Amino acid sequence: MAELTYRDALRSALIEEMDHDRRVVLIGEDIGVYQGTFRVTADLLKRYGPGRVIDTPISELGFVGAAIGMAMLGLRPVVEVMTWNFSLLAMDQIVNNAAKLRYFSGGQVNVPMVIRGPNGAGVQLSAQHSQSLEATYAHFPGLYVVAPATPAEAKGLLRTAIRSDDPVIFLENAALYGMKGEVPDSDFALPFGKAAVARSGRDVTVVAYSRMVFAALTAAEQLAAEGIEAEVINMRCLRPLDAATIVESVSRTHRAVVVQEQWKPFGAAAEIAMRIYEDAFDQLDAPVERVTGADVPMPYARTLEVRAVPHEADIVAAVKKTLGKD
Amino acid sequence: MSAEAKTVQARHRVLGLSDQDVLEMYYYVALARALDERMWVLQRAGKAMFVISGAGHEGCQVAAMWPMDKKLDWFVPYYRSVAACLVKGMTATDMLLGLFARATDPSSGGRQMPGHYGHPRFKILSTSSPVGTQYPHAVGIAYASRLRRTGEVTMVSIGEGGTSQGDWHEALNFAAIHKCPVLLIVENNELAISVPLRKQMAVSSVAVRAAGYGMPGVTADGSDVLECFRVTREAYDRAKRGEGPTLIEFAVPRLGSHSSDDQQERYRSREELEQVRKRDPLLTFRAYLERVGLLTQGTLQDMTDRVRREIDLSTDEADRAPLPQPDTATRHVFYEGE
Ligand SMILES: Cc1ncc(C[n+]2csc(CCOP(=O)(O)OP(=O)(O)O)c2C)c(N)n1
Repeated sequence: MAELTYRDALRSALIEEMDHDRRVVLIGEDIGVYQGTFRVTADLLKRYGPGRVIDTPISELGFVGAAIGMAMLGLRPVVEVMTWNFSLLAMDQIVNNAAKLRYFSGGQVNVPMVIRGPNGAGVQLSAQHSQSLEATYAHFPGLYVVAPATPAEAKGLLRTAIRSDDPVIFLENAALYGMKGEVPDSDFALPFGKAAVARSGRDVTVVAYSRMVFAALTAAEQLAAEGIEAEVINMRCLRPLDAATIVESVSRTHRAVVVQEQWKPFGAAAEIAMRIYEDAFDQLDAPVERVTGADVPMPYARTLEVRAVPHEADIVAAVKKTLGKD
Repeated sequence: MSAEAKTVQARHRVLGLSDQDVLEMYYYVALARALDERMWVLQRAGKAMFVISGAGHEGCQVAAMWPMDKKLDWFVPYYRSVAACLVKGMTATDMLLGLFARATDPSSGGRQMPGHYGHPRFKILSTSSPVGTQYPHAVGIAYASRLRRTGEVTMVSIGEGGTSQGDWHEALNFAAIHKCPVLLIVENNELAISVPLRKQMAVSSVAVRAAGYGMPGVTADGSDVLECFRVTREAYDRAKRGEGPTLIEFAVPRLGSHSSDDQQERYRSREELEQVRKRDPLLTFRAYLERVGLLTQGTLQDMTDRVRREIDLSTDEADRAPLPQPDTATRHVFYEGE
């Protein structure tokens, strides 16, 4: 075990995979000389040279498309997007191409690529730098969607992503890059589609992923002081979605709150809540509650922004509602 | 007056610019620079989250805006267009209201990040953060003007890095096909954050690409303010005559870091920064005006005082403006009626 930041955990996965497999290449804006906007690729240009660490023009559509071509020919490109918001410029390549090449080739063509970068809100970055795109990408068959919360998950899931033979949407979070945690030393990988119980509890199940796991844990702490024991589930992956872990928890707690940073309509929480209804309706003592961002493009002014993102207090209130204590 | 002074003086006069014009142009370059410096001070003091500046780009911006009709024509800026927006009519206060994200910020009411300038009264269309997206918008605006026969010309600006986007190329193609009355400006500072020109494109100048779309392309030295004026006015006259778009590239120095989130010392050497400072349009333009006897120590001091007063007053005024009310957070997503 070593204590690493989320950033260094990602970086160490890149280094180990690049050392172990010459087919792994990195592509993105300002990842070489600049070492990445969030320093995930620090020093990698020096280590691997410009052939494998490619500083691109500002052309998301172009370099994501080129990465697909490289992947089809057997390279394993890891594309960095400065923020997931800019992946929208490459949407056609991701959705119409990366996600469909295997299917349209009748299973013959592999597209082993990872697209990674920060997703979700930061502080005062406004709407075009703050969107949470997990549900958007998880909607499309053919894409894995991964959202690690801890440094160990960042490393273990990135390794699995790089070794995957299908495209992976790898969602990091700007607020987490500096966070430290224990990371196993060995060649360790985490499987996709396996959630973790981040805190055990008997009264209510709180489902979250990425940064919202920590909001849920803080809320659980506050609730514990009032004698309410919340179980917090860290999803790690949205596609595939580990419904079994949620259902098992809900069948003990009989109540559920789902937390997401995204807008409420058509978000990940809607899908998760519906899976609970489908598989554990009989177990529920109360309707599933959702905690989400406000239904508005993220404003820049701090006075407005605080109204638009979900807070611990919202989770606490939602939990109490499921317990009839509001 | 020396013989040399007479020949250089002839330069702005030959272009049809009065002494008053060039002094006023210099005032805008100086105002934009002072505003820029103030924004960084305010950011460092914790009064603003984010600054992105136009330092080094002011000369070409003021020159390019000069032939435009401030009332009639449209401007679609990018985040470095501080000086151009000032000439078009925005005030330093308007811009600081955006920096502080106040409710009365004319660009977005505190919704968008600073540096994304817009103003309904001055026909400045707000920009968006993903680079390149403003180019097709500008071309569409110009198309609409042509269709309505309003005589409006549109000017749009971008950095050379943004020209790698499909939006940029598709906009040029559309503009040329439809002979849209649009001035397509590229402010080439040879850096996109840390990425140098040679990693951005294999051509040595953006302007040569114009040929591929069937329009003229020109490059001007952004430190030569009068030359920037000359090429833009020519393009402006072409647009007015219905002859379509022109691609104009200004070679400019980027004097500061990309933004307040960046430290350029990480990827630029001290020698490079020294070289770049020699191209500062504030200095080159000042030198011209001194050479032709229009700026003396006294008039320069007056100008500096005038700029300082304006920036101080604007800072106070913007600082006093109220923040957006929290309960307005979800407004303006859809039309709310008059
Ligand atoms: C689509 C998109 N990708 C990436 C970015 C991040 N970004 C912001 S400014 C910038 C560099 C732009 O360089 P350039 O166009 O040359 O203009 P300059 O800033 O040098 O004036 C980048 C990469 C962005 N805003 N939009």
